[in-house]
Amino acid sequence: MASVCFYFQVHQPFRVKDYRVFDIGNDSEYFNDDSDRSINNKKILHKVAGKCYLPANAVLLELLNKHPEFKVSFSFSGVFLEQLEMFSPETLESFQKLVATGRVEVLEETYYHSLSFLYSPEEFRRQVALHRAKVQKLFGVTPTVFRNTELIYNNALAHEVEKMGYKGILAEGADHVLGWRSPNFLYRPQGTSKIKLLLKNYRLSDDIAFRFSSRDWAEFPLTAPKFADWVSQVNGGGNLVNLFMDYETFGEHQWEDTGIFNFLRHLPEEILRNPDNNFVTPSEAIALYEPVAELDVHHFMSWADVERDLSAWLSNPMQHDAIRSIYELEEQALKTEDARIIDDWRRLQTSDHFYYMCTKWFSDGDVHKYFNPYNTPYEAFIAYMNALQDLKLRILSHKPKEKNKISTTRKSAIHGKSISKIAQKKTGHVLKKKKLVPRGKSTVRK
Amino acid sequence: MTHVAVFFVSKFLSTQIFALFHLTAWYNKSKLYIMRVLMFGWEFPPHNSGGLGTACFGLTRALAAKRIEIIFVLPKKVGVASSFMKMVFADTKRIKFHTIESTLKPYVTSEGYLRERDKTQTEIYGGTLLQEVHRYALRAREIAKKEKFDVIHAHDWLSFLAGIEAKRVSGKPLIVHMHATEFDRTGGQGVNQEVYQIERDGMNFADGIIAVSNFTKQKIVEHYGISPDKVQVVHNGIDECDYEDIPERFIELKHSGQKIVLFAGRITIQKGPEYFVRAAKRVLDVNPNVLFLVAGSGDMERQMMLEATYLGIGDHVLFVGFLRGQDLHAAYRAADLFVMPSVSEPFGLTPLEAIIAGAPVLVSKQSGVSEVLVHALKTDFWDVEDMANKILGVVSHKSLKDTLWGNSRKEVRQVNWDVAGQKCIDYYTKVICSCGPAPESRFI
Repeated sequence: MASVCFYFQVHQPFRVKDYRVFDIGNDSEYFNDDSDRSINNKKILHKVAGKCYLPANAVLLELLNKHPEFKVSFSFSGVFLEQLEMFSPETLESFQKLVATGRVEVLEETYYHSLSFLYSPEEFRRQVALHRAKVQKLFGVTPTVFRNTELIYNNALAHEVEKMGYKGILAEGADHVLGWRSPNFLYRPQGTSKIKLLLKNYRLSDDIAFRFSSRDWAEFPLTAPKFADWVSQVNGGGNLVNLFMDYETFGEHQWEDTGIFNFLRHLPEEILRNPDNNFVTPSEAIALYEPVAELDVHHFMSWADVERDLSAWLSNPMQHDAIRSIYELEEQALKTEDARIIDDWRRLQTSDHFYYMCTKWFSDGDVHKYFNPYNTPYEAFIAYMNALQDLKLRILSHKPKEKNKISTTRKSAIHGKSISKIAQKKTGHVLKKKKLVPRGKSTVRK
Repeated sequence: MTHVAVFFVSKFLSTQIFALFHLTAWYNKSKLYIMRVLMFGWEFPPHNSGGLGTACFGLTRALAAKRIEIIFVLPKKVGVASSFMKMVFADTKRIKFHTIESTLKPYVTSEGYLRERDKTQTEIYGGTLLQEVHRYALRAREIAKKEKFDVIHAHDWLSFLAGIEAKRVSGKPLIVHMHATEFDRTGGQGVNQEVYQIERDGMNFADGIIAVSNFTKQKIVEHYGISPDKVQVVHNGIDECDYEDIPERFIELKHSGQKIVLFAGRITIQKGPEYFVRAAKRVLDVNPNVLFLVAGSGDMERQMMLEATYLGIGDHVLFVGFLRGQDLHAAYRAADLFVMPSVSEPFGLTPLEAIIAGAPVLVSKQSGVSEVLVHALKTDFWDVEDMANKILGVVSHKSLKDTLWGNSRKEVRQVNWDVAGQKCIDYYTKVICSCGPAPESRFI
């Protein structure tokens, strides 16, 4: 059997505006650019909704109605869902309709699409809990399978996620980890007992996501029958074809005029033409198949760039500096118990901010530049660090009376252990206690 | 018939030109050079003033390394030794120097010329700058009559008339090299009509034009009515070997953790010094532990000093005067950030020098160098707030300084005179083929 498992990542960050040093102390709205630049979050969301989310959702709904065997899964970041609520409720509704069919699974992730697992397991768990609540509220379902930001994964993450009760976890089928092994089976993360690992078949996934409209590609043009044929070839050599990609592939990365929507529209019937093929969601795959072997992934891997590692977010001194600075604020930020401060602190954890600071491939003008709304990674860094500085001031001035307490906080920030202890205690009552400072007039905020 | 064919080829099939070129080169092999250039240039470092001499030197060296012979003509004041240039090229027979006694020097203004001239108290020089430029051209004509060459290459407007005279007597194609336009030098205000006319005549009379950037090409097309097809962009380069063993100085300035932001260049309207001083004020409002160094001299120096005092930042803006050689390199090395806020900068070599010496750079978008540097901070020269914001970013975050400098250091390696030299040779060939005499007598 070749079971096709579609998983689409849907995410939009809150991009930091051109926040200048002179704004520090005067302006605490970091994400409200209203220019024509591509750091205008509202504008971007509307653009992508028009080009991708709405038309792609329409195609999926049509397919779900037409083929009872067709299934897909999504992972929505919390910050994406929040932006749908703020800027495009009709898009949210169209996603809700898909989930309501019962054949669209929603996966778990960190609410803020963050790298928190790398820096603070406590914060990671808190963000997963926030995401769970958001998905339950908006879709009425409770996710049972986890996928981390940009498929960042290692053994330790699998252990943590298993402890949290998830049945499965997704990762990249990176060559340097798999070696001769195939991504077309389930694996058991090293040292775990229950959780199962689904690996992206990056060749077939990237045929759609990256190569679909590439005229230099020998297989151009890619048609639904041709792709279905490749899927069928997995029969006998595997039981699962994991097609993991950004949802924006449809209409945004591959524009409508490339024929991507027609391809999607005809793919299910072509795949189902072979009776040995079917569609599954990640949790169905987990119920259906057993792991073939244990997989040991000691170093972090991801689905980004050719390196499939963390270098897209963490390869130059600026990136390390920025991410260290944001997590250094953890204890102080949480201590304020100010919902707005905490939310801003978390929005600044979204992985995209660090991606924009990447200089790895900058001069080659490749994907990093394409996906970078700032003129240069340096400008991204400057705006981010200025906003962070303002956030620090807000945190420090939140309780000006307790000067002594702040200095002990600083001390403990140097010793990593004590932070986590204090922060652990905080878990749970961060959002309910004391006066919450209302955040603007927006009603959609948590 | 052949003429028409060659013209056709040159216009549409550049690869075939190469074939033709290589064939001719092979034919000339016994002479051990590819072609001979009559070049009207300027004094090399360290006796130069500004980037024009540096550019002439870098290009000449690169061309010589590519088997191009150069007859290098330059103005010289009476009594100034010219041994250095001959010394530099002592090991090659490819460069031959001719000096013409003259007080002409790059960037000279009419008033500046008169001051210089009066100092000399001799009668041989022209009464005004323009007369001197004409006198220089007549002397150049004598040289062109005696020498044999394939193409004429004239740098900057002061030598354009010389180039034109050389073309008239020899019939060889003329290429004029635009290192700056009158619009850059004056910041667009008070363009000298006579200078403009010489630039325009030079470009019209020339068979080809080399511009140091797309930025300059744009100016040439817009302000001089020249067809873009006639302008070839050849970005300047920099050779790292000229920047070795830079001494460490200004250490005492950095002791208290004070950061240094450097401006280096002529203090003239073109270089935008007032925007530097105003940005300094904005920076110091936020972070007083920054020292602004101004290295250079020029007609706006006094005004800038007054401006700094007026803004109340006189003690944080240090005017260190005109620096050259190792002194300038040491200043680059000491800097945490080099800023080039030029209002209109045809190319701008100093940022490349600063990067090699150890400083990351912030350049105005109104510059040619910004076309070859990806890893630089960029700003509009007039956007003082943005400039200050970026300066503060660098002085506040070592990680930004390190990343920016590290990447730009790698990038600068691609911006060298070898690349520029090759582009020039290709262009010489193209111009010679498309407008020179019959193919068989094309190369002497």
